[in-house]
Amino acid sequence: MNMTDTPKDNTGAKLGMWLFLFTELLLFGGLFLLYAVYRSEYSEDFHFAAGGLDIALGTLNTVILLTSSLFMAVSVAGVQKGDRKIALMSLSLTIALGIFFIANKYFEWSAKIRHGIYPGSEHLSGLPAGENIFYGLYYVMTGLHVFHVFAGVILLVVMMIMLKKNVIHAGDSARFENAGLYWHLVDIIWLFLFPLLYLIT
Amino acid sequence: MNPNYLNAERGIKSWLFTTDHKRIGVLYLAAMLIFFGSGVVLGLLMRLELIAPGKTIMEAQTYNALFTLHGVIMIFLFIIPGIPAVFGNFFLPILLGAKDVAFPRLNLLSWWCYIAGGVLALVSLFAGSGAIDTGWTFYVPYSIRTGTNVTLGLSAAFIIGWSSILTGLNFITTIHRMKAPGMTWFRLPLFTWALYATSWIQLLATPVLGITLLLVIAERYFGIGLFDPAKGGDPLLFQHMFWIYSHPAVYIMIIPGMGVISEIIPVFAHKKIFGYKAIAFSSLAIAFVGYLVWGHHMFTSGMSNTARIIFSFLTFLVAVPSGIKVFNWVATLYKGSIDLSVPLLYALSFIFLFSIGGLTGLLNAALAVDVHIHDTYFIVGHFHYTMFGGAGFIFFGALHYWFPKMFGKMYNQGAAKLAWLFLIAGFNVLYFPMYVLGWQGLPRRYYDYLPEFHNLQLISTIGSWILAVGLILMFANLLKALLKGPSAGSNPWGGLTLEWQIPSPPPVENFEQIPVISRGPYDYNS
Repeated sequence: MNMTDTPKDNTGAKLGMWLFLFTELLLFGGLFLLYAVYRSEYSEDFHFAAGGLDIALGTLNTVILLTSSLFMAVSVAGVQKGDRKIALMSLSLTIALGIFFIANKYFEWSAKIRHGIYPGSEHLSGLPAGENIFYGLYYVMTGLHVFHVFAGVILLVVMMIMLKKNVIHAGDSARFENAGLYWHLVDIIWLFLFPLLYLIT
Repeated sequence: MNPNYLNAERGIKSWLFTTDHKRIGVLYLAAMLIFFGSGVVLGLLMRLELIAPGKTIMEAQTYNALFTLHGVIMIFLFIIPGIPAVFGNFFLPILLGAKDVAFPRLNLLSWWCYIAGGVLALVSLFAGSGAIDTGWTFYVPYSIRTGTNVTLGLSAAFIIGWSSILTGLNFITTIHRMKAPGMTWFRLPLFTWALYATSWIQLLATPVLGITLLLVIAERYFGIGLFDPAKGGDPLLFQHMFWIYSHPAVYIMIIPGMGVISEIIPVFAHKKIFGYKAIAFSSLAIAFVGYLVWGHHMFTSGMSNTARIIFSFLTFLVAVPSGIKVFNWVATLYKGSIDLSVPLLYALSFIFLFSIGGLTGLLNAALAVDVHIHDTYFIVGHFHYTMFGGAGFIFFGALHYWFPKMFGKMYNQGAAKLAWLFLIAGFNVLYFPMYVLGWQGLPRRYYDYLPEFHNLQLISTIGSWILAVGLILMFANLLKALLKGPSAGSNPWGGLTLEWQIPSPPPVENFEQIPVISRGPYDYNS
């Protein structure tokens, strides 16, 4: 009702987004808490289990997400400076890299499942308890994360449509900047997941 | 007659898809009273089962489902969202001198999440493989193994959690960004401060519960093993993660109520509130300390002694800011010109009942005593005194205080006082015997008990009937006022805060012009 007669409060919109990102961090925080407890309880099992993860694929995905964050930042700068061509191009690259990440994750998971490593599998229940827990955390943490990547890609596609329709422009870019913040958050969470899961061998 | 928020638009759609914070507040109120009613009926049925030893009207399994659903509904659908969602939504923007909350559409989404979660919770009672029987705490490993509708119940709590998070986010942004010119932090009404502290807890604690509930669902479907001792998991971690949210959540329930008291008392004592800053900061202090005490729910779970002693000590600390508030309220009443109207009666009952609940809370906090009374009726008595006697009574108090503003009608004072008398009498007859029963060792959550507990159980059940009569009287009185009560006028109580300076019911945009604030909210003496 009062959307039209009062000027938009961009600082308020940003504040709201930062608060939301805070809740996302706490959502993952619960999982990091579990990780910390179980890693101190089963440090040796975690060490062996992590050796089974594909470091090359993990590194590739890290590079992909970091690059996508760069393009996202370029795209936001493009919108703010009124350069729609740069903004659209970088945004498309961000989205493409996001999809690339999801595809990689798909191949990584299916390879694991083909080897009989999934929650409740016979192979996994034959291993020591700590390795079972490690893979449980691996699936839950990367699963929740890839869900966020997926949501991020959809969000960015919506942003792209709004950008094309000129709903988002240099004078009204808070929504776009917020979408960018969300994408960076997804990236940052991965930057913690990657070493904690892949690099502890 | 100028159009107000109630008659500006008509039709069911203009309500269900409204972004007006006042209408959303009323939507919450309507939905909440339905859920509260269902919770009361479940409670009455449980009391009826306990009227005599042995099976009276239901099987043990039915009883398990009833106490679970009673808890889930009362906690997640009534007492947690209660005051913030109804009165916070309705009055926060008005108290700040704003036209709406910061994110009106997000606000509507919160209500829809709330309704979706509430409907799921009720459906889980009837659908599928039987009503949940885990208790509202969903403790593993039982919640992983039981064949009942746990997934549905967990999803309900998860969705309602998002409603709570989004409301908190909305309120924090609103308070930071939407204050009218001249409305400084220390000119905010204390209810606003209370909502601010509450919103931070909602924001910071609820996600932890969210992930915990998701993990239990994942555990049920995929058998990941994170909480399953057979697979190397630790069920105690579930309890930690559950209470990291659910203990702060009890302050989500109580702090807004304390905020309402801080509004009611100066108005009905016609006196400036004593210790404004102390009350404002004690809300934040309770919110902060409340984070550090979750372990006191787990004294008998096998934690280390060091952890238990630290949690016990920290729990005692909560009494300090709570005590500050009670002293300040009483000091405000001192030498005031007291008008013993219905809202003040509820505020005073809050102080009385919450003090009993709070002081018995200290008994629970004492480690050695708690080991004796853990999981007994003493705990049931304690949390009903704090939650129902505290938050519940002040919900009714807030309803009587703001009803004339929200609907522009005045209710019958005599009938309201009679209802209050039934409520407070019924409440004490219902819950006080539970303290004694618990002290004598009666464990909670059983549909049967030994014959020596019969007398007190009988008294308690009779109390539940008196309480029910009080509730019916109260709601009938308010309903009658809504339909054909006399016009209330814009300021029936002589309040100084902003909501009393605009017409009742408020116009759609709240203020014709955004007000400029030049004084504090309770300057009765100047």
